[in-house]
Amino acid sequence: MALDLETRDQLLSTIRRFVEERLIPLEAQVSENDEVPAEIVQEMRELGLFGISIPVEYGGLGLTMEEECLVLFELGRTSPAFRSVIGTNVGIGSQGIVMDGRQDQKDEWLPKLATGEAIASFALTEPEAGSDAASLRTTAIRDGDDYIINGTKRFITNATKASMFTLMARTDPDTPGGKGVSAFICPADIPGITIGKPEKKMGQQGAHISDVIFEDARIPASCLLGDVEGKGFITAMKVLERGRLHISAVCAGVADRLLEESGRYAAERKQFGAPIGNLQLVQAMLADMKTEHYAARCMVLDAARRRDAGEDVATESSCCKYFASEMVGRVADKAVQIFGGAGYVADYGIERFYRDVRIFRIYEGTSQVQQVIIGRNVVKEYAE
Amino acid sequence: MKVLVPVKRVIDYNVKVRVKADQSGVELANVKMSMNPFDEISVEEAIRLKEAGTATEIVVVTVGPQQAQETLRTALAMGADRGIHVKTDAEVEPLAVAKILKAVAGEESPELIIVGKQAIDDDSNQTGQMLSALLGWPQGTFASKVEKDGDKLNVTREIDGGLQTIKLNLPAVVTSDLRLNEPRYASLPNIMKAKKKPIDAKTPEDYSVDLTPRLQVQKVTEPAERQAGIKVETAAELVAKLKEAGVIG
Repeated sequence: MALDLETRDQLLSTIRRFVEERLIPLEAQVSENDEVPAEIVQEMRELGLFGISIPVEYGGLGLTMEEECLVLFELGRTSPAFRSVIGTNVGIGSQGIVMDGRQDQKDEWLPKLATGEAIASFALTEPEAGSDAASLRTTAIRDGDDYIINGTKRFITNATKASMFTLMARTDPDTPGGKGVSAFICPADIPGITIGKPEKKMGQQGAHISDVIFEDARIPASCLLGDVEGKGFITAMKVLERGRLHISAVCAGVADRLLEESGRYAAERKQFGAPIGNLQLVQAMLADMKTEHYAARCMVLDAARRRDAGEDVATESSCCKYFASEMVGRVADKAVQIFGGAGYVADYGIERFYRDVRIFRIYEGTSQVQQVIIGRNVVKEYAE
Repeated sequence: MKVLVPVKRVIDYNVKVRVKADQSGVELANVKMSMNPFDEISVEEAIRLKEAGTATEIVVVTVGPQQAQETLRTALAMGADRGIHVKTDAEVEPLAVAKILKAVAGEESPELIIVGKQAIDDDSNQTGQMLSALLGWPQGTFASKVEKDGDKLNVTREIDGGLQTIKLNLPAVVTSDLRLNEPRYASLPNIMKAKKKPIDAKTPEDYSVDLTPRLQVQKVTEPAERQAGIKVETAAELVAKLKEAGVIG
């Protein structure tokens, strides 16, 4: 159920304040140490951020998609590494259970995920299965009352901290493509699972991704998400579709921050005897940034509201992810340009954002995958 | 022990305040408002007393327009138990607020009232002291530490040049200073639950308090803009310049 406006405003202003007072001052440190401090993670738990998307009956806030996007506009105004701390519990790690989990799976996991006591991670991508996720090779073979898992998952966000994985594995090796894939709620602390070293990345230091290797890892059959095999790929696609709006909102949040930084800098930085903000060519960059940010924000809210109203927004979610992630890339590029030399040196943090936002065009469906989805859906719509 | 905490809705401390063109006050239209930071400290202190088992109930009270209810909700989200909203659109001065608070204290019989030492809008720093006088209760102003000691209260006060610790009989009025504590963020679940906590709607008439202003604002102006300084090469030049400016003889 949607919040009344007063409560919603209070929620958002609390998050904005938390971001300004607690997170923004730590951006450089988090990047330098490649670690979000434990006390900040604890404060995020106490604030209730891990549970924003989890239904109220399981101890979460049960926010609507629109409300979740508004929260992410705020949380996006700082290093995306902070968002990543809660990202998988709010989004791809937990939503498989919320959408398709059995009652006992919801009862077991959702309360712990809502408080942040447990961390959920989403394990779909493999060395040979990225954009072509349906070709995944990890297997889960039924053996009596268990499944035995073998295979390697790659670039798994929060794997090093995970309590459980929403794992996609092939239960039917004879059926190629998505139909042979099932989803599992796989505990992380069982024999046969090895978590790789965190990868060195271009940006978002403080957020970690690593390989997850399964070698004859044995899990009870009850770990199958839902009741029947072969539905895992559909679950993964539903989770990712919702995640697209989540990521789009983060992109809009980061763009908002970069716009503010750039606007302030343009008003202060003097060249030719006046603030560079007086120069029309600088204004032109700011105008493009503002316009594109505004467009992305409107798209995200429109798609989120429609989703809340029960509409199918598969195409719109892809439009949002495609536009918002490309938009924030352009905005970050212009921010560096407006800051000039200062934008290129690390002290101002602008080059850090420039690196941080690059991944948005890649993960949870590349821009090209989004184009394919949008294009295919448009053709389908008008062919009917 | 029941604790009463008055809270005031003021311009948010991050807002750059602008003076109205006619110099009658400051611009309030479309300006972000929030709880007076010193009141936030008071609420936090009350919650800590409750968490420590010293306080049993926290009642928050505000005097102000309809929107002041948001300030009460913030306090309730932080952890206060219930609110009292004394609704008025009139400009209220410290004495009128103190009189209303005295009447509220009469109805609620708190053992402790924690008031912010001042509100950051008018910086009056009067309400707590006036309230203490009207009630005839002891006061511990500018508190940086508050501790229950049997049936008394030890209050450490920030005074010029150091700290002073005094022992107060209860009931008492304490005004909170900046270093008393660091207020918490209301958690998101508690913000949602705060909606269900009760707020009593009252008016100044309910307490028979006359709000007629006793003060008149002559004009409000911005502080004079700081002039750019100059750099001097030597100490002698500095002394000469200071003499020139009439700062030293």
